[in-house]
Amino acid sequence: MTDHLTTEVNPGQSFLLDGQDLPFKPGDTILQAATRAQRYIPHLCWHPDFPAHGSCRLCSVKVNGHPGAACTVRASTGLEVESNTEELNGQRKTLLQMLFVEGNHFCPSCEKSGNCLLQATAYEMGMEGPHFEEFYPDRPVDASHPDILLDFNRCILCELCVKASRDVDGKNIFAIGGHGIDTHLLVNSASGRLADTTMTLGDRAANICPVGVILPKRRGFVIPIGQRRFDAKSVSEQVEGKTT
Amino acid sequence: MHPNSQPPTASASVLRSLLTRHRADRHALVQILRELQALQGWLPREALSQVATALGLTLAQVEGVAGFYRFFHTRPVGAYRVLFSDNVTDRLLGSEALMADLCRRLGLTPGQLGNDGLVSVDKTSCTGLCDQGPALLINHHQVVTRLDAARMAEMADLIHSRVPVPQWPAEWFEVQDNIRRADVLLGEAAAPGAALATALARGPDAMLAEIKLSKLRGRGGAGFATGLKWELCRQAPGAEHVVVCNADEGEPGTFKDRVLLSRRADAMFEGMTIAAHVIGARRGLVYLRGEYRYILEPLLEVLQRRREAHLLGTSILGHEDLDFDIAIHVGAGAYVCGEESALIESLEGKRGTPRIRPPFPVTHGYLGHPTIVNNVETFCAVSHIALQDGAWWAGIGTPQSSGTKIHSVSGDCERPGLYEYPFGTRIDRILEDCGAHNTQAVQVGGPSGVCLSASEFGRRIAFEDVPTAGAFMVFDRRRDMFEVARGFAHFFAHESCGFCTPCRVGTALVVKRMDKLAEGHGSRDDIDVLFELDRLMHTASHCGLGASACNSLRDTILKFRPAYEQHLKSLHFEPDFDLDAELSIARRMTGRDDAGAHLENLS
Repeated sequence: MTDHLTTEVNPGQSFLLDGQDLPFKPGDTILQAATRAQRYIPHLCWHPDFPAHGSCRLCSVKVNGHPGAACTVRASTGLEVESNTEELNGQRKTLLQMLFVEGNHFCPSCEKSGNCLLQATAYEMGMEGPHFEEFYPDRPVDASHPDILLDFNRCILCELCVKASRDVDGKNIFAIGGHGIDTHLLVNSASGRLADTTMTLGDRAANICPVGVILPKRRGFVIPIGQRRFDAKSVSEQVEGKTT
Repeated sequence: MHPNSQPPTASASVLRSLLTRHRADRHALVQILRELQALQGWLPREALSQVATALGLTLAQVEGVAGFYRFFHTRPVGAYRVLFSDNVTDRLLGSEALMADLCRRLGLTPGQLGNDGLVSVDKTSCTGLCDQGPALLINHHQVVTRLDAARMAEMADLIHSRVPVPQWPAEWFEVQDNIRRADVLLGEAAAPGAALATALARGPDAMLAEIKLSKLRGRGGAGFATGLKWELCRQAPGAEHVVVCNADEGEPGTFKDRVLLSRRADAMFEGMTIAAHVIGARRGLVYLRGEYRYILEPLLEVLQRRREAHLLGTSILGHEDLDFDIAIHVGAGAYVCGEESALIESLEGKRGTPRIRPPFPVTHGYLGHPTIVNNVETFCAVSHIALQDGAWWAGIGTPQSSGTKIHSVSGDCERPGLYEYPFGTRIDRILEDCGAHNTQAVQVGGPSGVCLSASEFGRRIAFEDVPTAGAFMVFDRRRDMFEVARGFAHFFAHESCGFCTPCRVGTALVVKRMDKLAEGHGSRDDIDVLFELDRLMHTASHCGLGASACNSLRDTILKFRPAYEQHLKSLHFEPDFDLDAELSIARRMTGRDDAGAHLENLS
């Protein structure tokens, strides 16, 4: 699954990321090449095991001066890519603030705190407050399933669960519904509830959510806060691919 | 009789014949949902489930598609579904008061279904009738133009008496062409088949050469070179090539394609057939916006006539190697589907979310086949280039912007309608011709285009100066340009597909700020935040909708700043909420309403 992360790169093929040479293999996107080299480009909806989605826009960089999403722009020799700049990190902070105000994110009471990519990235980008007015949407949780809780309040619409359930589990349990600010995750069952699906804890879709939407029940605080993934090291110090 | 009190379920035979007609093809999902809804009013979960099973999709996937398009209803709606066109030009003509009047007469509030399930009234994005508004759309099919108080009164009576819409006064449905200035495209129509015969005589290579020589650029807004697009598609390997006509004329204030579709359909279909000859396509698709549903039957008649005349079908005009036919796909209310990759997703029966590009449609388009997508006006131009030649078209207009362009003129002018000019025409020439006086601003190219102030009326319509997809909305000095921009902000929030963060959340945040300013609670800080949102959405959005959603906002803040500042409570900081209003609950609980219980009275 992580073939592209382990295959040898072709010598001599490289581009510049923030002024430093970065080798790549044909077909790589900028983000794939950066990840292989353990170089951090902030992202939320991208996962090394799945095709690029391009929705969160956190990985937006400048390619030869033009804006583009690092997860979708193909690497090619001679590109000059800017990523870790004050301007782009400021933009990322604003995008994070948008995601925070759009949903209901109460980190202190969230089981995912410390393991949450949204929270970790917000720390990384120096986000100290919401900046915008909160939307406070009304999104009831789905606690119908015996082993899995769905808390839609935290959904950032990365669609990783949609892809994992469709492409890995072969179950198609999730889909995206609505439009605009009302875009939301759907559960595929006659009742619309998770209990009436075939989802199990062993599904890839049950273990892919970067935020706290899809949670195993009764395991919330097995690992105490303070000893969790991003408590130990910041997100930029543990780029995917090597750690997993 | 409560027409919609029970969830309607299509009888098994009705659904079966619908599915058979579409060969139970999941790529026809949008068409199937549209036709099913036309039969039974709305789409209950039960019906979505039946469709999902028949097409081999999941219920959630079908629900996701149904929930994406504004014209699909997954909750009960009235037997009469009245949608007022909500472009700024409709509002200038009094649409809001007329809608309030109709609602009062029917005893309901906008967006709510009355207890008897008879009628629902709401707003919809521009219906492309700006030159004869205010306009409304009924049951996602018929349009009523030139609304006034008398029509509202009569309409309320007709609805109360449950008179079927087709029996309403015929003149209400009259849609005028209003061709005010014709040049090549709106001039004399050629005999059907003449351009195609010339193109076939030339052969595909020579025809492509003429298109390239003409320097024709796409009329949908982006202005990509048509000849290059065709060449790239033609060279792309694929089992099949596809020609798509973008008739999803959703940019508010644009209505020129409506007239071309109604009066020059032969030229458009002929342009598509010529394109098929050049790129080697057998299949053609027209994506007709849902708001133009009433043009479907006339278009189907033209297609049939062309088949009978051997201008479509197999061995076109006796050429054994040229088989090509055209199907029409009707949209369901989604502005974003004007973006070519979203349009293709919609043609494939999915949510109209723009694709990641590259790959571009010319190599991976409809069902993965190499596909060209061109605008209605572009295909019409192609048929004229085929009749004459490329050099002739290149000689019209400016060196970088060849040929003519049709403008949909509306707003504050005496003669709204269609004006066709060669590229290079000055803004003030168009204003003079349409009878505009005391003009404060012109919005060229629609909300995603550019807002010009009086000092810029010497500029010219051209890709190198003022590019346009065809809208030309005029605002005189009585108008509040802040309100114009606020209307556009609501439009983009309503039409955002919801895929990417900056557009989904940004358009909603812009609306909140603009509404806050309108309510008199704004401050200079809010204007700074609007600029910040504009910059972010412009650079970080997934597609052009988000990237251009703040164009009019930015233009109007820069050019008409006093219009904004008059809405500011203070030029200094103002909190996001009204402190005194927050105390109202405490006042109610304590039964106080004296001066000391109000914040501004405390010293």
